[in-house]
Amino acid sequence: METIYQILHTTFANVPAWAVQIAAFLIPIAFIFGVYPAIFALTTLVERKALGRIQNRYGPNRVGIFGILQPLADGLKILLKEDIVPRVADKFTHFLAPVLIVIPGLLVYLVVPVAPGMVAVDLKIGVLFALAVGTMSVIALFMAGWASRNKFSVLGAVRAVAQVVSYEVPTVMAGVAVIMAAGTLSTLTIVQRQGGGLLNISNWYVFRPWGLVGFALFIIGGLAESARCPFDLPEAESELIGGYHTEYSGFKFALFQMGEYLAGMAMAGVTVTLFLGGYMGPGSGPGLAGGLISMLWFFVKLAGMIGLNIWIRGTWPRLRVDQLMGFAWKVLLPLALVNIVAVGFWHFLTPRPLAWIITTGWLVIWFLVLTKCNASAKLEKREYRYV
Amino acid sequence: MNYPGKGLVEGLAITARNFVGSYFYKDRLTTVQYPEERVQTPENSRTFPFLVFDESPDKPRCTACKICEVECPPKCIYIVMDRDDKGKPLQRPKVFDIDISVCMQCQICVEVCPFESIKMDNDYEKSRYGRFNDLVQRLPDLLKSNAYYNKIKPAEAAEVDAKLKAEAEAKAAKKAAAAAAAAKATAVPPAGSVT
Repeated sequence: METIYQILHTTFANVPAWAVQIAAFLIPIAFIFGVYPAIFALTTLVERKALGRIQNRYGPNRVGIFGILQPLADGLKILLKEDIVPRVADKFTHFLAPVLIVIPGLLVYLVVPVAPGMVAVDLKIGVLFALAVGTMSVIALFMAGWASRNKFSVLGAVRAVAQVVSYEVPTVMAGVAVIMAAGTLSTLTIVQRQGGGLLNISNWYVFRPWGLVGFALFIIGGLAESARCPFDLPEAESELIGGYHTEYSGFKFALFQMGEYLAGMAMAGVTVTLFLGGYMGPGSGPGLAGGLISMLWFFVKLAGMIGLNIWIRGTWPRLRVDQLMGFAWKVLLPLALVNIVAVGFWHFLTPRPLAWIITTGWLVIWFLVLTKCNASAKLEKREYRYV
Repeated sequence: MNYPGKGLVEGLAITARNFVGSYFYKDRLTTVQYPEERVQTPENSRTFPFLVFDESPDKPRCTACKICEVECPPKCIYIVMDRDDKGKPLQRPKVFDIDISVCMQCQICVEVCPFESIKMDNDYEKSRYGRFNDLVQRLPDLLKSNAYYNKIKPAEAAEVDAKLKAEAEAKAAKKAAAAAAAAKATAVPPAGSVT
């Protein structure tokens, strides 16, 4: 915001300062409200097309050329649908939940920098804010499930809460590794720390042994927190009809979809910021040209992360509830703790090659130990006496 | 080689291959773009019955004998025989309705028809906007030419045509024989009784 204020103030010198201040407020808001929902609309189409191709079919290709108007048609259709509220539902909460669910997803974008200085609010506790606000959507989910007064909704909501509470721990621990390495909680500074090096690429945290592990942990945690495949237990269609949004129809249902996608994209944006160097890339830097290239880099990386999410959704089956919990507490959490120790090694061991060898060795050994300990028991061959 | 997460990685490889392959190899795509392209239905596939006529629609093979009406398990056929001014039956249907919302495509009407008149169609585009009258097929909708029958089911239609031809020939031969016998009877009067 400060950077936008500076730019506007120097460009329009004769405009009063308060007007510039208001404009500097409104521009990031307009950007967040305009760009990310547009990306959401595009993502729904791309996701359906990509899932179709993964299953060897075309996907939507009727509305407009290549089905490009499909999101518009979907939106129109869903607006025309009847809005049904169950007779025994808690009407106020039932109405409030879909309104609230969109907000956390949008709030996270406040601290995601898209270009040098271009962050809506450069909070000193940016990472903490993103992680804390991003999980707030689970409150709206639980409100939806509880207010519907439907057993499937409540089951979905309970699953959502259990899942998010469990996965929040390893996700934050993976973020702690980055915070330790960067020495700051400000997202803008974290991105700046990842600049320089070879082509502005080699210093991305994902190209560190601890960063790679943290990246994997963060992707898994992000998928789980935004309740996307393979962690879509809260809405598991085959088990719970629709989970928490069973009793929602019409535009409220669309808001749930939107909130979910926005939260998923926000987690992707935070992942890009923390591990993939945010807007850093060949050619990014201050100034207009550098700023535009930076913005391009950020959105290319965001698109890559969304693509990875879609690919995973098209491939992996849903986890069982006990597998979900076991995976979080027995694999991800120990690995995240080990990862924090690895950052400590990285920080204090002076010759860089030695740090590389020791952190990699430490992480590999622990990864093998954890997978060995958590390997599913081999069943003995049964002998049937009475066949 | 076995490593942790092997199944996950292999799964990702398979979906990636599908994703890329479906852009380059047409035969990978399993779906049909329906209104533009259609699946060739097998010859013996069947949907709903229709009535065969030989030369023109006003001369159907159907004689309104009502056997199919009686045999139809869900009772979806309704037939009224045509009569002339004096009330004499004309051996052709005046009304022939099939309610295709009731028809269960069992082909029993085809099995029982003695005149090879009612046959099963393979036209699957029968959906209509109305729920009641639109789904009742009237006589003009049902009448289709023998050429159409030959087109949709060549083998079966050829068999039927051969059978009908043989029957017609047998009938003609019998008629000729009867005529000849009658002629003989008239030409050679009681003279034979002499011997």
